[in-house]
Amino acid sequence: MSAPRANPPMAMLAELTHRCPLSCPYCSNPLELERKDRELTTDEWKDVFTQAAEMGVLHVHFSGGEPASRRDLEEMVAHARDAGLYTNLITSGIGLTRRRLEALDSCGLDHVQLSLQGVDAQMADLVGGYKGGFDRKMQVAGWIGEIGFPLTLNAVMHKKNFDRLEETIAIALDMGARRLEVATVQFHGWAAKNRAALMPTREQAKQARLTVNAARARLAGVLVIDYVPADHHSDYPKPCMGGWASTGINIAPDGSVLPCHAAHTIEGLNFDKAHERPLKDIWYNSHAFNAFRGFDWMQEPCRSCELKTKDFGGCRCQAMAIAGDAAATDPVCIKSPLHAELVRRAEADAEDDADLIYRLMPD
Amino acid sequence: MSVTLQDSDCPVILRGVRTHFDRVRNVWVLLAPERVLKLDDIGRAILDEIDGTRSFGEITAILAEKYDAPPERISEDARTYLSGLIARRMVEAR
Repeated sequence: MSAPRANPPMAMLAELTHRCPLSCPYCSNPLELERKDRELTTDEWKDVFTQAAEMGVLHVHFSGGEPASRRDLEEMVAHARDAGLYTNLITSGIGLTRRRLEALDSCGLDHVQLSLQGVDAQMADLVGGYKGGFDRKMQVAGWIGEIGFPLTLNAVMHKKNFDRLEETIAIALDMGARRLEVATVQFHGWAAKNRAALMPTREQAKQARLTVNAARARLAGVLVIDYVPADHHSDYPKPCMGGWASTGINIAPDGSVLPCHAAHTIEGLNFDKAHERPLKDIWYNSHAFNAFRGFDWMQEPCRSCELKTKDFGGCRCQAMAIAGDAAATDPVCIKSPLHAELVRRAEADAEDDADLIYRLMPD
Repeated sequence: MSVTLQDSDCPVILRGVRTHFDRVRNVWVLLAPERVLKLDDIGRAILDEIDGTRSFGEITAILAEKYDAPPERISEDARTYLSGLIARRMVEAR
Protein backbone atom coordinates (compact mmCIF):
# COMPACT_ATOMS: atom_id res chain seq x y z
CA MET A 1 0.00 0.00 0.00
CA SER A 2 1.51 3.34 -0.95
CA ALA A 3 0.47 6.44 0.92
CA PRO A 4 -0.18 9.67 -0.96
CA ARG A 5 2.61 12.21 -1.09
CA ALA A 6 2.32 14.43 1.97
CA ASN A 7 2.49 18.21 2.07
CA PRO A 8 5.21 19.78 4.20
CA PRO A 9 4.31 20.25 7.88
CA MET A 10 3.05 23.67 8.98
CA ALA A 11 3.70 23.47 12.71
CA MET A 12 6.02 21.80 15.17
CA LEU A 13 5.24 21.02 18.78
CA ALA A 14 8.59 20.91 20.57
CA GLU A 15 8.17 19.19 23.91
CA LEU A 16 11.46 20.35 25.39
CA THR A 17 11.04 18.50 28.66
CA HIS A 18 8.49 16.55 30.68
CA ARG A 19 9.61 18.31 33.86
CA CYS A 20 6.99 20.65 35.29
CA PRO A 21 6.33 22.22 38.70
CA LEU A 22 2.61 21.53 38.24
CA SER A 23 1.05 18.08 38.26
CA CYS A 24 -2.25 18.68 36.44
CA PRO A 25 -4.43 15.56 36.37
CA TYR A 26 -5.24 16.14 32.69
CA CYS A 27 -1.64 16.50 31.54
CA SER A 28 -1.31 15.41 27.91
CA ASN A 29 2.16 14.00 28.49
CA PRO A 30 2.52 10.22 28.43
CA LEU A 31 2.13 8.21 31.62
CA GLU A 32 5.78 7.25 31.34
CA LEU A 33 7.59 10.56 31.56
CA GLU A 34 11.12 11.10 30.33
CA ARG A 35 13.80 12.01 32.85
CA LYS A 36 16.05 15.03 32.43
CA ASP A 37 19.07 12.94 31.37
CA ARG A 38 17.12 11.59 28.38
CA GLU A 39 16.29 15.03 26.99
CA LEU A 40 17.81 16.30 23.75
CA THR A 41 20.72 18.69 24.24
CA THR A 42 20.62 22.37 23.28
CA ASP A 43 22.53 21.69 20.07
CA GLU A 44 20.30 18.77 19.13
CA TRP A 45 17.21 20.96 19.57
CA LYS A 46 18.79 23.75 17.54
CA ASP A 47 19.43 21.32 14.71
CA VAL A 48 15.78 20.21 14.90
CA PHE A 49 14.62 23.82 14.47
CA THR A 50 16.99 24.42 11.56
CA GLN A 51 15.68 21.30 9.82
CA ALA A 52 12.08 22.26 10.62
CA ALA A 53 12.42 25.66 8.97
CA GLU A 54 14.11 24.13 5.92
CA MET A 55 11.32 21.61 5.40
CA GLY A 56 8.51 24.18 5.59
CA VAL A 57 7.47 24.40 9.24
CA LEU A 58 6.21 27.93 9.97
CA HIS A 59 5.24 27.84 13.65
CA VAL A 60 7.20 26.24 16.43
CA HIS A 61 5.41 25.78 19.74
CA PHE A 62 7.81 25.50 22.68
CA SER A 63 6.04 23.22 25.09
CA GLY A 64 6.65 20.52 27.66
CA GLY A 65 6.13 19.84 30.53
CA GLU A 66 7.06 23.35 31.44
CA PRO A 67 9.47 24.68 28.80
CA ALA A 68 10.78 27.29 31.26
CA SER A 69 12.28 24.33 33.17
CA ARG A 70 14.94 24.33 30.45
CA ARG A 71 17.54 26.97 31.28
CA ASP A 72 18.50 27.12 27.60
CA LEU A 73 14.98 28.11 26.49
CA GLU A 74 16.05 31.62 25.51
CA GLU A 75 18.94 30.33 23.40
CA MET A 76 16.63 27.92 21.57
CA VAL A 77 13.98 30.59 20.93
CA ALA A 78 16.62 32.90 19.48
CA HIS A 79 17.90 30.13 17.23
CA ALA A 80 14.42 29.18 16.01
CA ARG A 81 13.53 32.79 15.32
CA ASP A 82 16.78 33.29 13.40
CA ALA A 83 15.92 30.21 11.34
CA GLY A 84 12.74 32.06 10.27
CA LEU A 85 10.23 30.29 12.51
CA TYR A 86 7.32 31.89 14.33
CA THR A 87 7.97 31.20 18.00
CA ASN A 88 5.24 30.47 20.52
CA LEU A 89 5.85 29.70 24.19
CA ILE A 90 3.27 27.40 25.81
CA THR A 91 3.74 27.85 29.54
CA SER A 92 2.09 27.72 32.94
CA GLY A 93 4.14 30.80 33.79
CA ILE A 94 5.84 29.01 36.67
CA GLY A 95 9.60 29.33 36.31
CA LEU A 96 9.40 32.58 34.38
CA THR A 97 10.68 35.78 35.94
CA ARG A 98 10.36 39.29 34.59
CA ARG A 99 14.02 39.07 33.68
CA ARG A 100 13.58 35.85 31.71
CA LEU A 101 10.56 37.29 29.88
CA GLU A 102 12.60 40.35 28.92
CA ALA A 103 15.35 38.05 27.66
CA LEU A 104 12.79 36.11 25.62
CA ASP A 105 11.54 39.41 24.24
CA SER A 106 15.01 40.31 23.02
CA CYS A 107 15.39 36.80 21.56
CA GLY A 108 12.38 37.57 19.35
CA LEU A 109 9.70 35.43 21.00
CA ASP A 110 6.53 36.09 18.99
CA HIS A 111 3.70 34.94 21.25
CA VAL A 112 2.88 33.48 24.64
CA GLN A 113 0.19 30.94 25.40
CA LEU A 114 -0.48 30.87 29.13
CA SER A 115 -2.40 28.01 30.71
CA LEU A 116 -5.09 28.59 33.31
CA GLN A 117 -5.85 25.87 35.88
CA GLY A 118 -8.71 27.70 37.58
CA VAL A 119 -10.30 31.10 38.04
CA ASP A 120 -9.12 31.56 41.63
CA ALA A 121 -6.26 30.35 43.80
CA GLN A 122 -8.36 27.68 45.47
CA MET A 123 -9.40 25.98 42.22
CA ALA A 124 -6.19 26.62 40.27
CA ASP A 125 -3.85 25.37 43.00
CA LEU A 126 -6.03 22.31 43.53
CA VAL A 127 -5.99 21.39 39.85
CA GLY A 128 -2.33 22.26 39.30
CA GLY A 129 -1.31 20.61 42.56
CA TYR A 130 0.98 23.57 43.24
CA LYS A 131 0.34 25.96 46.10
CA GLY A 132 0.88 29.61 45.16
CA GLY A 133 0.72 28.77 41.45
CA PHE A 134 -2.27 30.98 40.72
CA ASP A 135 -0.81 34.10 42.34
CA ARG A 136 2.46 33.56 40.54
CA LYS A 137 0.67 33.08 37.21
CA MET A 138 -1.25 36.33 37.62
CA GLN A 139 2.04 38.12 38.30
CA VAL A 140 3.58 36.58 35.17
CA ALA A 141 0.49 37.59 33.14
CA GLY A 142 1.08 41.17 34.30
CA TRP A 143 4.67 41.09 33.05
CA ILE A 144 3.59 39.56 29.74
CA GLY A 145 1.16 42.46 29.29
CA GLU A 146 3.73 45.10 30.29
CA ILE A 147 6.32 43.75 27.86
CA GLY A 148 3.61 43.60 25.21
CA PHE A 149 3.72 39.97 24.10
CA PRO A 150 0.54 38.92 22.35
CA LEU A 151 -1.22 36.53 24.70
CA THR A 152 -3.48 33.54 24.31
CA LEU A 153 -5.03 32.18 27.48
CA ASN A 154 -5.58 28.42 27.37
CA ALA A 155 -8.23 27.14 29.74
CA VAL A 156 -8.73 23.41 29.99
CA MET A 157 -12.37 22.85 30.88
CA HIS A 158 -13.90 19.88 32.66
CA LYS A 159 -16.57 18.83 35.11
CA LYS A 160 -15.11 20.81 38.03
CA ASN A 161 -14.80 24.17 36.25
CA PHE A 162 -17.24 24.29 33.33
CA ASP A 163 -19.74 26.19 35.42
CA ARG A 164 -17.19 28.99 35.77
CA LEU A 165 -16.68 29.62 32.07
CA GLU A 166 -17.92 33.23 32.26
CA GLU A 167 -15.31 33.98 34.93
CA THR A 168 -12.67 32.35 32.73
CA ILE A 169 -13.61 34.70 29.88
CA ALA A 170 -13.45 37.65 32.30
CA ILE A 171 -9.90 36.68 33.35
CA ALA A 172 -8.81 36.54 29.70
CA LEU A 173 -10.16 40.07 29.24
CA ASP A 174 -8.48 41.30 32.45
CA MET A 175 -5.16 39.91 31.25
CA GLY A 176 -5.55 41.68 27.91
CA ALA A 177 -5.44 38.37 26.05
CA ARG A 178 -6.21 38.53 22.35
CA ARG A 179 -7.25 34.92 22.21
CA LEU A 180 -8.86 32.44 24.55
CA GLU A 181 -8.84 28.71 24.01
CA VAL A 182 -11.72 27.02 25.75
CA ALA A 183 -10.42 23.49 25.49
CA THR A 184 -12.49 20.67 26.90
CA VAL A 185 -10.26 17.95 28.34
CA GLN A 186 -9.27 15.35 25.78
CA PHE A 187 -9.11 11.98 27.45
CA HIS A 188 -5.59 10.89 26.58
CA GLY A 189 -2.48 10.65 28.75
CA TRP A 190 -3.10 11.45 32.41
CA ALA A 191 -6.64 12.62 31.68
CA ALA A 192 -7.57 9.04 30.78
CA LYS A 193 -6.83 8.11 34.41
CA ASN A 194 -9.12 10.92 35.54
CA ARG A 195 -12.22 10.34 33.48
CA ALA A 196 -14.44 9.98 36.53
CA ALA A 197 -13.07 13.19 38.06
CA LEU A 198 -13.11 15.32 34.90
CA MET A 199 -15.73 14.11 32.40
CA PRO A 200 -18.22 16.96 31.91
CA THR A 201 -21.92 16.29 31.81
CA ARG A 202 -23.82 16.54 28.54
CA GLU A 203 -25.64 19.56 29.96
CA GLN A 204 -22.35 21.32 30.78
CA ALA A 205 -21.07 20.68 27.26
CA LYS A 206 -24.28 22.08 25.79
CA GLN A 207 -24.20 25.16 28.02
CA ALA A 208 -20.53 25.78 27.22
CA ARG A 209 -21.28 26.07 23.52
CA LEU A 210 -24.04 28.61 24.20
CA THR A 211 -21.76 30.61 26.49
CA VAL A 212 -18.94 30.58 23.92
CA ASN A 213 -21.23 31.64 21.08
CA ALA A 214 -22.69 34.52 23.13
CA ALA A 215 -19.22 35.67 24.18
CA ARG A 216 -17.94 35.53 20.61
CA ALA A 217 -20.74 37.83 19.47
CA ARG A 218 -20.30 40.20 22.42
CA LEU A 219 -16.49 40.34 22.13
CA ALA A 220 -15.98 40.45 18.35
CA GLY A 221 -12.81 42.42 17.65
CA VAL A 222 -11.76 42.18 21.32
CA LEU A 223 -11.22 38.52 22.10
CA VAL A 224 -11.04 35.60 19.69
CA ILE A 225 -12.37 32.42 21.28
CA ASP A 226 -11.36 28.99 20.03
CA TYR A 227 -13.52 26.21 21.35
CA VAL A 228 -12.59 22.55 21.59
CA PRO A 229 -15.86 20.74 22.38
CA ALA A 230 -16.34 17.71 24.61
CA ASP A 231 -16.00 15.05 21.97
CA HIS A 232 -17.44 12.20 24.06
CA HIS A 233 -20.73 14.11 23.94
CA SER A 234 -20.56 14.64 20.18
CA ASP A 235 -22.15 12.62 17.38
CA TYR A 236 -19.22 12.93 15.00
CA PRO A 237 -15.51 12.76 15.75
CA LYS A 238 -13.10 15.68 15.65
CA PRO A 239 -10.92 15.96 12.52
CA CYS A 240 -7.95 15.06 14.68
CA MET A 241 -4.73 16.86 13.63
CA GLY A 242 -6.43 17.69 10.33
CA GLY A 243 -5.66 14.10 9.36
CA TRP A 244 -2.74 11.93 10.48
CA ALA A 245 0.68 13.45 9.75
CA SER A 246 -0.82 16.13 7.50
CA THR A 247 0.10 19.42 9.15
CA GLY A 248 1.83 18.97 12.49
CA ILE A 249 5.01 17.31 13.66
CA ASN A 250 5.75 16.64 17.32
CA ILE A 251 9.13 16.14 18.97
CA ALA A 252 9.14 14.45 22.39
CA PRO A 253 11.83 15.36 24.97
CA ASP A 254 13.96 12.33 24.01
CA GLY A 255 13.82 13.27 20.32
CA SER A 256 11.06 10.84 19.30
CA VAL A 257 9.32 12.26 16.24
CA LEU A 258 5.55 11.76 16.36
CA PRO A 259 2.57 12.85 14.25
CA CYS A 260 0.82 13.93 17.49
CA HIS A 261 1.66 14.00 21.16
CA ALA A 262 -0.31 10.84 21.97
CA ALA A 263 0.82 8.74 18.99
CA HIS A 264 3.21 6.67 21.12
CA THR A 265 0.12 4.88 22.49
CA ILE A 266 -0.46 3.23 19.13
CA GLU A 267 0.89 -0.30 19.11
CA GLY A 268 3.00 -1.50 16.23
CA LEU A 269 4.39 1.89 15.26
CA ASN A 270 8.08 2.60 15.64
CA PHE A 271 9.00 6.26 15.98
CA ASP A 272 12.36 7.50 14.78
CA LYS A 273 14.52 9.90 16.79
CA ALA A 274 15.27 13.39 15.49
CA HIS A 275 18.99 13.00 16.22
CA GLU A 276 19.19 9.68 14.35
CA ARG A 277 17.36 10.28 11.05
CA PRO A 278 16.73 13.48 9.07
CA LEU A 279 13.36 15.01 9.94
CA LYS A 280 12.41 15.34 6.30
CA ASP A 281 13.01 11.63 5.73
CA ILE A 282 10.95 10.76 8.81
CA TRP A 283 8.09 13.01 7.69
CA TYR A 284 7.87 11.74 4.11
CA ASN A 285 9.18 8.20 4.25
CA SER A 286 8.83 6.62 7.68
CA HIS A 287 6.34 3.83 8.19
CA ALA A 288 4.77 5.51 11.23
CA PHE A 289 4.07 8.79 9.43
CA ASN A 290 2.57 7.03 6.42
CA ALA A 291 0.52 4.56 8.46
CA PHE A 292 -2.74 6.55 8.38
CA ARG A 293 -2.21 9.06 5.60
CA GLY A 294 -4.83 9.22 2.87
CA PHE A 295 -7.82 6.87 2.97
CA ASP A 296 -6.58 3.41 1.97
CA TRP A 297 -6.03 2.35 5.59
CA MET A 298 -9.67 2.92 6.51
CA GLN A 299 -12.20 0.24 7.40
CA GLU A 300 -15.97 0.41 7.29
CA PRO A 301 -17.92 2.48 8.22
CA CYS A 302 -15.25 5.11 7.37
CA ARG A 303 -14.21 3.72 4.01
CA SER A 304 -17.54 4.40 2.28
CA CYS A 305 -18.47 7.44 4.39
CA GLU A 306 -18.71 10.80 2.67
CA LEU A 307 -17.45 12.54 5.81
CA LYS A 308 -14.08 10.82 5.63
CA THR A 309 -12.55 13.76 3.76
CA LYS A 310 -13.70 16.09 6.53
CA ASP A 311 -13.01 14.19 9.76
CA PHE A 312 -10.44 11.61 8.52
CA GLY A 313 -12.14 8.98 10.67
CA GLY A 314 -11.46 10.95 13.84
CA CYS A 315 -8.64 10.34 16.29
CA ARG A 316 -6.33 7.33 15.76
CA CYS A 317 -5.23 7.34 19.40
CA GLN A 318 -8.83 7.29 20.60
CA ALA A 319 -9.59 4.42 18.22
CA MET A 320 -6.59 2.58 19.69
CA ALA A 321 -7.59 3.32 23.28
CA ILE A 322 -11.27 2.42 23.00
CA ALA A 323 -11.61 0.09 20.01
CA GLY A 324 -8.22 -1.53 20.50
CA ASP A 325 -7.47 -0.88 16.82
CA ALA A 326 -5.89 2.34 15.58
CA ALA A 327 -7.45 1.86 12.13
CA ALA A 328 -11.00 1.59 13.50
CA THR A 329 -13.57 4.38 13.31
CA ASP A 330 -13.18 6.77 16.25
CA PRO A 331 -15.86 5.46 18.68
CA VAL A 332 -17.11 9.04 19.12
CA CYS A 333 -18.79 8.60 15.71
CA ILE A 334 -22.45 7.56 15.82
CA LYS A 335 -21.66 5.12 12.99
CA SER A 336 -19.18 3.24 15.20
CA PRO A 337 -20.54 0.03 16.75
CA LEU A 338 -18.83 1.17 19.97
CA HIS A 339 -20.55 4.56 20.12
CA ALA A 340 -23.38 3.53 22.44
CA GLU A 341 -20.91 2.10 24.94
CA LEU A 342 -18.76 5.24 24.73
CA VAL A 343 -21.78 7.40 25.51
CA ARG A 344 -22.84 5.15 28.38
CA ARG A 345 -19.36 5.32 29.92
CA ALA A 346 -19.11 9.09 29.43
CA GLU A 347 -22.45 9.60 31.14
CA ALA A 348 -21.49 7.32 34.02
CA ASP A 349 -18.15 9.14 34.47
CA ALA A 350 -19.90 12.51 34.29
CA GLU A 351 -22.13 11.53 37.23
CA ASP A 352 -19.20 10.23 39.30
CA ASP A 353 -17.44 12.30 41.93
CA ALA A 354 -13.94 10.84 41.94
CA ASP A 355 -10.87 12.52 43.41
CA LEU A 356 -8.14 13.87 41.15
CA ILE A 357 -5.19 11.61 40.41
CA TYR A 358 -2.15 13.82 39.93
CA ARG A 359 0.57 13.45 37.37
CA LEU A 360 3.78 12.16 38.99
CA MET A 361 7.35 12.48 37.81
CA PRO A 362 9.43 9.29 38.00
CA ASP A 363 11.74 9.07 41.05
CA MET B 1 -18.48 45.70 19.61
CA SER B 2 -18.29 46.75 15.99
CA VAL B 3 -15.39 45.84 13.76
CA THR B 4 -16.11 48.31 10.97
CA LEU B 5 -13.36 50.51 9.69
CA GLN B 6 -13.83 54.27 9.08
CA ASP B 7 -11.77 56.24 6.57
CA SER B 8 -10.21 58.20 9.42
CA ASP B 9 -9.20 55.07 11.37
CA CYS B 10 -5.56 54.14 11.40
CA PRO B 11 -5.10 50.39 10.90
CA VAL B 12 -2.17 48.85 12.73
CA ILE B 13 -0.76 45.34 12.30
CA LEU B 14 -0.57 44.01 15.84
CA ARG B 15 2.57 42.72 17.47
CA GLY B 16 3.04 39.03 16.84
CA VAL B 17 1.58 39.32 13.34
CA ARG B 18 3.96 39.54 10.40
CA THR B 19 4.25 38.81 6.71
CA HIS B 20 6.70 36.10 5.76
CA PHE B 21 7.82 34.60 2.49
CA ASP B 22 7.45 30.84 2.66
CA ARG B 23 10.32 29.58 0.51
CA VAL B 24 9.19 25.96 0.63
CA ARG B 25 5.66 26.63 -0.69
CA ASN B 26 6.75 29.67 -2.70
CA VAL B 27 4.01 31.88 -1.28
CA TRP B 28 3.62 34.90 1.03
CA VAL B 29 1.89 34.22 4.32
CA LEU B 30 0.71 36.19 7.32
CA LEU B 31 2.03 34.61 10.50
CA ALA B 32 -0.11 35.23 13.57
CA PRO B 33 -0.71 33.58 16.94
CA GLU B 34 -1.80 29.99 16.23
CA ARG B 35 -2.69 30.92 12.64
CA VAL B 36 -1.14 31.14 9.20
CA LEU B 37 -3.01 32.96 6.43
CA LYS B 38 -1.97 32.59 2.83
CA LEU B 39 -1.61 36.03 1.26
CA ASP B 40 -2.67 36.71 -2.28
CA ASP B 41 -1.31 39.74 -4.18
CA ILE B 42 -4.22 41.92 -3.11
CA GLY B 43 -3.94 41.07 0.58
CA ARG B 44 -0.23 41.67 0.49
CA ALA B 45 -0.62 44.97 -1.34
CA ILE B 46 -3.05 46.18 1.34
CA LEU B 47 -0.88 45.07 4.25
CA ASP B 48 2.23 46.59 2.68
CA GLU B 49 0.66 50.05 2.86
CA ILE B 50 -0.05 49.83 6.58
CA ASP B 51 2.70 51.72 8.38
CA GLY B 52 0.97 52.59 11.64
CA THR B 53 0.50 56.26 10.70
CA ARG B 54 -1.59 56.23 7.51
CA SER B 55 -5.36 56.32 7.83
CA PHE B 56 -7.52 53.81 6.03
CA GLY B 57 -8.62 56.58 3.63
CA GLU B 58 -5.01 57.42 2.80
CA ILE B 59 -4.16 53.76 2.27
CA THR B 60 -7.01 53.20 -0.16
CA ALA B 61 -6.16 56.40 -2.06
CA ILE B 62 -2.58 55.19 -2.46
CA LEU B 63 -3.76 51.77 -3.64
CA ALA B 64 -6.25 53.28 -6.10
CA GLU B 65 -3.51 55.35 -7.68
CA LYS B 66 -0.88 52.61 -7.64
CA TYR B 67 -3.13 50.03 -9.28
CA ASP B 68 -5.15 52.50 -11.37
CA ALA B 69 -8.43 51.15 -9.97
CA PRO B 70 -11.71 52.83 -8.95
CA PRO B 71 -11.32 54.19 -5.38
CA GLU B 72 -14.78 52.94 -4.28
CA ARG B 73 -13.96 49.43 -5.39
CA ILE B 74 -10.54 49.48 -3.66
CA SER B 75 -12.07 50.92 -0.54
CA GLU B 76 -14.76 48.25 -0.39
CA ASP B 77 -12.31 45.38 -0.97
CA ALA B 78 -9.76 46.70 1.52
CA ARG B 79 -12.45 47.34 4.13
CA THR B 80 -13.77 43.79 3.84
CA TYR B 81 -10.27 42.37 4.00
CA LEU B 82 -9.07 44.40 6.97
CA SER B 83 -12.35 44.02 8.87
CA GLY B 84 -11.76 40.28 8.70
CA LEU B 85 -8.29 40.70 10.18
CA ILE B 86 -9.63 43.05 12.86
CA ALA B 87 -12.22 40.46 13.87
CA ARG B 88 -9.41 37.91 14.14
CA ARG B 89 -7.32 40.28 16.33
CA MET B 90 -4.47 40.52 13.84
CA VAL B 91 -5.08 44.15 12.92
CA GLU B 92 -6.45 46.93 15.09
CA ALA B 93 -8.14 50.20 14.07
CA ARG B 94 -6.89 53.11 16.13
